[in-house]
Amino acid sequence: MKTAVIVFPGSNCDRDVQIALRNATDSEPLMIWHQETEMPSIDLIVIPGGFSYGDYLRSGAMAAHSPIMREVVSRAQSGTPTLGICNGFQILTETGLLPGALMRNTSLKFACCSVFLRVENSYSAFTHHYDDEEIISMPIAHLDGSFYTDDFTLTKLIDNSLVAFRYCDASGNTSKEANPNGSLHNIAGIFNSSRNVLGMMPHPERSTDPIMGRTDGARLFDALVASF
Amino acid sequence: MANSTITAELVAEHGLDDKEAEHMIEVLGREPNITELGIFSVMWSEHCSYKSSKKWLRELPTQAPWVIHGPGENAGAIDIGDGQAIVFKIESHNHPSFIEPYQGAATGVGGILRDVFTMGARPIANLNALRFGNPENNKTRHLVSGVVSGIGGYGNCVGIPTVGGECGFHPCYDGNILVNAMSVGLVEHDRIHCARASGPGNLVIYLGAKTGRDGIHGATMASAGFDDAVDAKRPTVQVGDPFTEKLLLEACLELMATDAIVAIQDMGAAGLTSSSFEMASRGDLGIEIDLDQVPLREPGMSAYEIMLSESQERMLMVIRPDRVEDARKIFSKWELDFAVIGQVTNSGRMVIRHQNTIAADLPIKPLADSAPEYDRTWVRKETSLSTPKPATEPDIDTALNLLISCPDLSSKRWIWEQYDHTVMADTVQLPGGDAAVIRVHGTAKGIALTTDCTPRYCAANAVEGGRQAVAESWRNLTAVGAQPLAITNCLNFGNPERPETMGQFVGTIEGMTEACRILNMPVVSGNVSFYNETRGSPVHPTPTIGGVGLIESLNSMQRIAIDEAGLHLILIGSTYGHLGASLYLREIHGIEDGPPPPVNLNLEQKHGSLVRSLIHRGTVRACHDISDGGLLVAVAEMSLAGGTGVTLFLPETDIAPHAFWFGEDQGRYVLAVEDKNVEPILLTCCSENIPALQLGTSGGSHISVEESFQISLADLSYKHETWFPDFMKNTDNRSVED
Repeated sequence: MKTAVIVFPGSNCDRDVQIALRNATDSEPLMIWHQETEMPSIDLIVIPGGFSYGDYLRSGAMAAHSPIMREVVSRAQSGTPTLGICNGFQILTETGLLPGALMRNTSLKFACCSVFLRVENSYSAFTHHYDDEEIISMPIAHLDGSFYTDDFTLTKLIDNSLVAFRYCDASGNTSKEANPNGSLHNIAGIFNSSRNVLGMMPHPERSTDPIMGRTDGARLFDALVASF
Repeated sequence: MANSTITAELVAEHGLDDKEAEHMIEVLGREPNITELGIFSVMWSEHCSYKSSKKWLRELPTQAPWVIHGPGENAGAIDIGDGQAIVFKIESHNHPSFIEPYQGAATGVGGILRDVFTMGARPIANLNALRFGNPENNKTRHLVSGVVSGIGGYGNCVGIPTVGGECGFHPCYDGNILVNAMSVGLVEHDRIHCARASGPGNLVIYLGAKTGRDGIHGATMASAGFDDAVDAKRPTVQVGDPFTEKLLLEACLELMATDAIVAIQDMGAAGLTSSSFEMASRGDLGIEIDLDQVPLREPGMSAYEIMLSESQERMLMVIRPDRVEDARKIFSKWELDFAVIGQVTNSGRMVIRHQNTIAADLPIKPLADSAPEYDRTWVRKETSLSTPKPATEPDIDTALNLLISCPDLSSKRWIWEQYDHTVMADTVQLPGGDAAVIRVHGTAKGIALTTDCTPRYCAANAVEGGRQAVAESWRNLTAVGAQPLAITNCLNFGNPERPETMGQFVGTIEGMTEACRILNMPVVSGNVSFYNETRGSPVHPTPTIGGVGLIESLNSMQRIAIDEAGLHLILIGSTYGHLGASLYLREIHGIEDGPPPPVNLNLEQKHGSLVRSLIHRGTVRACHDISDGGLLVAVAEMSLAGGTGVTLFLPETDIAPHAFWFGEDQGRYVLAVEDKNVEPILLTCCSENIPALQLGTSGGSHISVEESFQISLADLSYKHETWFPDFMKNTDNRSVED
């Protein structure tokens, strides 16, 4: 399986994703600099977290216009599995591959903690190693993670089962208290309509190692390898 | 400005006293021009020259077989085996953070990160030590909010986990908060880079962000106390750009992977002046700089301004002429400024050209070597020998409730959840334990990290306080199973021209020296911050110790959490019920008096070594050292961390119950062990003549002392967790950095 990690100036989870992919696929991911305009045949594209372009203007806004992104959009539209994590999710919404926007956390503070997620749809290349409604745990670390969209789009996301993960408590309740950033409907991650594009604020690459006390993220990468 | 006449007033404004001014003219052989005066002023400032502290700093132990670079480089470096080294340093950014908390704290993080990656190391963790004034003081909240978001804003963006630190409050910091930032990096031995210029003809390269008018005289500001006009100093605070720092970090490490760089140094305090001066001075060479080549943010800057600007995210590098194009390629990939601004010479002089004139021409060695060094008058303060005895004592459970929710002991979750502490995916022990633990990537090794100081002990007795700060750091590292290796220190004091303050400094160094020697934990880097005083009122002496230890295998790492029932609690070390200078007296009775608890360094060594070997043998399920608040607070913290209650019994003792539970005797640990290991551990302690006492067992959802009291863990946890968010509530609904 050939994987690629897109690297922007200011990406800072690129190395963590590289390691997670290396461990999951047993091969070396391609690190692609934002100024490239094309890439070889690739089976999975990951846009990692960080502060691309220092989050200037708006998180993800400038990265969405980097030269490589035209190629990423075209690959994603033709079906290549594409995963955006944290800043990567913000970039995917800015390119229009995913709907909605990630606004400033309602606390106005950066939030780094471990959260519980409820798996809303296990029918995708990314999530088929989880069960529907399974409760998993991953870290978050962001300032702009409050998912927002208009009512029409929200209804469409829900009706078409395009919500991948929702923030919940240890027993699976998607309560206000379990929502770390004020996201609409406790949304933590969404698919595009073909479910080959996933954007999520939590960091699966930071929960792949038993020594960290959590491995739920590894199951996402393993699922991608298995579906290849 | 270049043509200003140098008047006595102008010299005084530059912080040079009469003697220093005389000496300057002697070194130069003539009157300086304004640019030269500016250069002298920063190079001889307390901040850059350590003129009041040098004499005493020489006493600190700096050597050990594992020390690769001690003080004198950008940061210290120690060997951790397998050809790897840990590079680390702590530094203060106190004055700027008080004036402009967000930018002051942010640029503090930026500066210390550059000190680490200038050495060729990739930063893998940041820590900090923060001291604020009275929580009741209106300004305190604003400062806490700004400092915490500044530290987070910078470190999070660069992508370095902030994994630990400490935060305390005391009215002595009302006018001078302390913001000490520590950074830790990892490097292969053969990739360590130094800041010693060599090879006349090699080129001097300017890297990073452009130079602006910000931060001029930052170093001089940090070398004087505050008065009422403190807000007028806002323009001397620099503005940070963590995005540029991240690019600079990646570009430097990419270039450092080749062998192109001869020497490299970041432009920190006193900017281009001190970086160029220090590199040339270390190599005993000269340097020529053409200021017309320096990338500027705004037109019309004078030589004086360019030389003294403290604009952030800049580096100076010496490189062989044949490698310039390779380097330029890397820096243009990262879209950073890259300019050849001069060359190394063998003239021994610093020659600065600007707009076809010579703006400065100074002898390097004489200026550096003859920097003033003072043996300032000092007196030692009498230590109060008797501990006041209040007429009545509250119930133990009342006192525990108060202590666990007091500002200093309350949970600091509100702070560390604003720091990305999991990026880089190697954080094994999160904030909240005795020490943070970072895995050395791709290995089974762990690096344990901590920052410590107990300023109230230092205020009561500086020697004992210095000893204790080092001992506590050593103990914290030990409690996670690490072998303590070395420390970095940030010595925060008042005005050294006051004999009492200087006496505190001298005493602290004496105590630290002894502790470093006996515990075999040398000082490899550090920083002195004097003049932390406002209108004559100084902060408590606060020697922050940043400790680094090595865990050979993460399998033998220890945590503080008691998370299962049926464990037995064992107290290691002697309990005398020492309440002098304790948190108990301060928080419960409002008394700050009495001698601090004495530290017996030989026993410290003996007890710690035993605890570490028990941990390595796998016989310990949880371990915590005892510090602020004493034994019962330590047990409560273990219980809260694991969500499991404990039942304790008060052993037969002559010590009054409150003194037994809250006394702060040193050299002690609490272990939680399985039933089968109790006997063997007690026997081992007995045969080594180390006091060990069974305290009780774990289980249930309460902390109770037999027949005396019972506190629900949920209630205690609520109190522990809510003080900080409640305190900060009024600032939480508005953004402070805007």
